[in-house]
Amino acid sequence: MTHPYIPNAEPGVRAEMLAAIGAASVEDLYAVIPAGLRLDRPLDLPEPMASEHELVAHMRGLLARNTDTTEVLSFLGHGCYPHHVPAVCDEVNGRGEFLTAYAGEPYEDHGRFQAMFEYVSMMAELLEMDVVNVPTYDGYQAAGTAIRMAVRYTGRSKVLLSGAVSADKMSKLRDFLDHDVELVIAPVGAGGEIGDVEIDETFAAIYLETPNVYGVVETRGRELADLAHGVGALLVVSADPISLGVLAPPAAYGADIACGDIQSLGMHQSYGGGHAGYIATRDEERLVAEIPSRLFGIAPTAVPGEYGFGDVFYDRTSFAHREEGKEWVGTAAALWGITAGVYLALMGPEGMRELGETVLARTRYAMDRVADAGARVLHPDAVHFREFAIEVPSSDGLLAALRERGIFGGVRLDDRTLLVCVTERHSKDDIDRLAAAVQEELA
Amino acid sequence: MSGHAGESFAELPVAPKPPLRRFHQARWDEPIIFEQSRPGRRGIAVPAAGVPAVELPASVRRAEPPKLPEMSQLHVLRHYVRLSQENLGVDQAIAVGQGTCTMKYSPKVNDRFVNDPKVAELHPLQPDDTVQGVLEVYWRLEKILAEISGMHRVSLQPASGSAAIYANIAMIRAYHASRGEGRQRDQVITTMFSHPSNAACAKTAGYEVITLMPDENGYPDIEALRAAVGPRTAALMITNPEDTGIFNPRIEEFVSLVHGAGGLACYDQANANGILGITRAADAGFDLCHFNLHKTFSTPHACGGPAGGASGVSERLAPFLPGPTVEFDGSRYHLDADRPQSVGKMRPFLGVTPNVVRAYAWVMALGAEGLREVAETAVLNNNYLMHKILSIPGASAPWGEKRLEQVRYSWQGLFEETGVHSEEIGVRAADFGVHYWTSHHPYLVPEPFTLEPTESYSKEDLDEYAAILAHVADEARRDPEHVKGAPYNQTVHKIDQTSLDDPKQWSPTWRAYTRKHLA
Repeated sequence: MTHPYIPNAEPGVRAEMLAAIGAASVEDLYAVIPAGLRLDRPLDLPEPMASEHELVAHMRGLLARNTDTTEVLSFLGHGCYPHHVPAVCDEVNGRGEFLTAYAGEPYEDHGRFQAMFEYVSMMAELLEMDVVNVPTYDGYQAAGTAIRMAVRYTGRSKVLLSGAVSADKMSKLRDFLDHDVELVIAPVGAGGEIGDVEIDETFAAIYLETPNVYGVVETRGRELADLAHGVGALLVVSADPISLGVLAPPAAYGADIACGDIQSLGMHQSYGGGHAGYIATRDEERLVAEIPSRLFGIAPTAVPGEYGFGDVFYDRTSFAHREEGKEWVGTAAALWGITAGVYLALMGPEGMRELGETVLARTRYAMDRVADAGARVLHPDAVHFREFAIEVPSSDGLLAALRERGIFGGVRLDDRTLLVCVTERHSKDDIDRLAAAVQEELA
Repeated sequence: MSGHAGESFAELPVAPKPPLRRFHQARWDEPIIFEQSRPGRRGIAVPAAGVPAVELPASVRRAEPPKLPEMSQLHVLRHYVRLSQENLGVDQAIAVGQGTCTMKYSPKVNDRFVNDPKVAELHPLQPDDTVQGVLEVYWRLEKILAEISGMHRVSLQPASGSAAIYANIAMIRAYHASRGEGRQRDQVITTMFSHPSNAACAKTAGYEVITLMPDENGYPDIEALRAAVGPRTAALMITNPEDTGIFNPRIEEFVSLVHGAGGLACYDQANANGILGITRAADAGFDLCHFNLHKTFSTPHACGGPAGGASGVSERLAPFLPGPTVEFDGSRYHLDADRPQSVGKMRPFLGVTPNVVRAYAWVMALGAEGLREVAETAVLNNNYLMHKILSIPGASAPWGEKRLEQVRYSWQGLFEETGVHSEEIGVRAADFGVHYWTSHHPYLVPEPFTLEPTESYSKEDLDEYAAILAHVADEARRDPEHVKGAPYNQTVHKIDQTSLDDPKQWSPTWRAYTRKHLA
């Protein structure tokens, strides 16, 4: 059978092509690989699914063993968030012209360049910063790179890192930075915000997250920016962009570099597969020079009034200078960027504001209801966005009991602490249902 | 048959066809999205809170709404559909012109699996027993890639090929540190025709990078390797076949030289498409390797990602793999995060799950025999295309004609004759509906272009692509200014690049553009 994916596997055309190049067999073309390196048996792989129907049946059978979050009431967050994905996001994301294109050249792929330019431009408005990169892999990578940018920019090697960062992200940051950056962890204060901060002229930056791992919105941004700038250091802030319809963008309180993840802007949870990272700075040549990823800019063409696009300051990249470039650049997460652009265009300023208000209000409502139900809510006086931590007699016990009732109650932080996530997808009734279940289980 | 008002039309059947396909890229003169905004419009409604509002302290409240576009839903959709039409994907075009990137068909059925809520609506921190299906896909694909590479274990956590290269260098660093040689082994050796990320990731991880140049036959210079290896060698990071399409037959010797000095050998298998089922990383003695799921395993390139990477390691490197790993006890799958020597997290959660699912489905549709068919056809297609390209006057391929799945060609002959650069040939070729790429810098091969036909394209596609390049080369001889003036059939005309490198003028966002140029 000629495989449906391989047109030239058809024997007649193979013979024609071999004749054209004067080879007796395809085997001849592999003559360059020494016999000792040749695999002398077929690969030991499962039997293939010869027909598309069989493949579908096989995949459906496997995937049916998953319970997805539309089948239960899920309050899971902790870095991957269940925000509503507008249908238009899926429609654009699935267009074959975008989905199957390479990161091509500005002429034949004008549409991609414009869509990416518009994504970074909308992020720039949300962030109030003039320079935003083409997405990097995820928020972890964006944070690691943003910190490295500050280290290179200042020529210093110490960074003060908020302790209110998830353990997984800390693991990534340690692997990425530990060999040449000294990470000093700032304790978490009693209110859930970053605690006491002391830095001096040896520090490259303060790194802050808001909302932080406990869902707490940091309120001392301006103070920390002044502190950092006072000793010649930078303020690097990781902010979830979906909060910025209501929360002040990092630049507004003096951050020099903003970074974060855009999964919340129109990407499905996809078992953690929907992540992409952003990095933003002001338009200062020395800062821009430290961004490793591609930057797309607008440029005139031979026809007046026409917009063209191209790479900005390509000379920074490893594509241009290998190890002499800044970190590295390769295929990352461009289509998630285009999709996030669609999301921001659909939402507009009012949509982003309303969404922020809804999430803020429902988070507070959930905190109050769950506290009434008998759980101890941590940091009750802090402003929370989308997540909050609760203390219960047994994390595992409560989660197991809630599961019996069709509820994924939250993410286990430790034996007694759970993180609960509430978005615009959780109605008042959903929250009441969670609170009632918690009350019965803790009673 | 005749038309109205005495116009005559061609008789049916309409033949012969024009010598080259007539193409014109969509041109919508589509304004920048901000230019389409009208205050008060919106594209989607969000749920009202329905519970009491929260008063924010002034220190954290946003002072002014973000200046996002305000548009109705149809107009957002229409804008992006138009932009998508001004873009070429594998679904429309003969995508053999992006060598090193292995552009191939991404089967449509695989998109259905990942758009299903059973994948799209899974949260990564759900209990393991509610995600047995997706964990089994991870586990099975890991086993499949281990068999294809001969490696002991595989992690599918890295977000891309370059992220997997970085994961591999992180494991190399952890391995040497575990043996007390972390400080001593501070050099990584790579080759000029390996992907730039090999050099750049090693540098980011703190290593000094030594680059081997090609010898007179195009192979990485083994004498230079001999001179470079020593007690400071942490690893060799090498691609084979390299981005030239040349397979280094002495690769085992390279590996043993590095091993002899106590270093590790790390195989960049971004160019694996032509050797699936033919030769394996482990058989040449490599300690680590990586694959790009979005190249070799058919997940879509998506304008530059989301990608997907796989890191494979030998038994002695396995303790250092990123965590968590997927384990199987004979009846249930679970995640194991209790791995004391692990390099830790490379990215959030487990990996780029949609692409793990797609890659798995692709391999399952092919099996062992199908993968070999993929490799053989990719190599046959490449040699056939090379035969056609080298018959075009002015085109050449340095270092002889032994190539696997791709070739880095040169237009140096044509350039000397006409003054037309490779890049200009590529822009003109785009007028016929195809994409074409030169190479990474520096242009060690003069006036380079790199073609990689893969298994997805038919003989007719390859004939058409070669005919387009032959036509453009001929144009360059007859009328070089015409080629230099391209594009003519594209969405936009020739772009003035000068402002893109000038800090005073560059405009990486609309916000910067309006401030610098429209104020």
